[in-house]
Amino acid sequence: MYGAPLVRVQMQDFDLQSEVDALIGGRTGIGAVVTFTGLCRDEQGALSALELEHYPGMAEAEMRRIADLAIERFSLQGLTAIHRYGKLAPGENIVLVIAAAPHRQAAFDGSSFMMDYLKTSAPFWKKEHKADGTTGDWVSAKDADDRAREKWR
Amino acid sequence: MTKLIYFAWVRERIGKPEEEIELPHDVKTVRDLLVHLKTLGEQYEAALQYPEVIRVALDQEHVEHHEKIGNAREIGIFPPMTGG
Repeated sequence: MYGAPLVRVQMQDFDLQSEVDALIGGRTGIGAVVTFTGLCRDEQGALSALELEHYPGMAEAEMRRIADLAIERFSLQGLTAIHRYGKLAPGENIVLVIAAAPHRQAAFDGSSFMMDYLKTSAPFWKKEHKADGTTGDWVSAKDADDRAREKWR
Repeated sequence: MTKLIYFAWVRERIGKPEEEIELPHDVKTVRDLLVHLKTLGEQYEAALQYPEVIRVALDQEHVEHHEKIGNAREIGIFPPMTGG
């Protein structure tokens, strides 16, 4: 029996351990849990914050669509995907993916698949705010992210 | 009337987060719409200067530029996504 995904888009932070506990939910048939946490990363002290914008409604729907694909393709027993929005300082959490499966490979692959698709098709955008108080650029999409997604085709 | 909703630098360049417009009868596809919007003024031209990079969602689902707009009520227009 596959689990339904838990998908949330929220401003507030998340707690890794409580999300893992909630996903496992006392079930004893789970053999592997892989978690991925994406953080706001500073580059040489130049960044004061990343501002995450999203398309409300579509962001959740697209994440749920990808999560359903991951659950089916890798026979996951559960999948959690949480993405934050708003202004996030370096070191703060941005995204959490947790995949649960009977064995490790499915859990690794499921979480990786979820992230690769989320990055290229969930409607979120990052804008840089510089440490000197100026507003920087919107982060550009990377070809490497498209290639990472293509490997699952 | 059709609701257009803009995000990230598309929103900034056009100068508003959303608007309702009447689509001209000859606007059938997503590509037609982008071509039409570019004629609405300098700000639209700046936002849609390179239409090939622009992503579009009809009623919150991704579509390609050759696809027909049909009866979509909400059209999202935005740059490539950079979440995660």
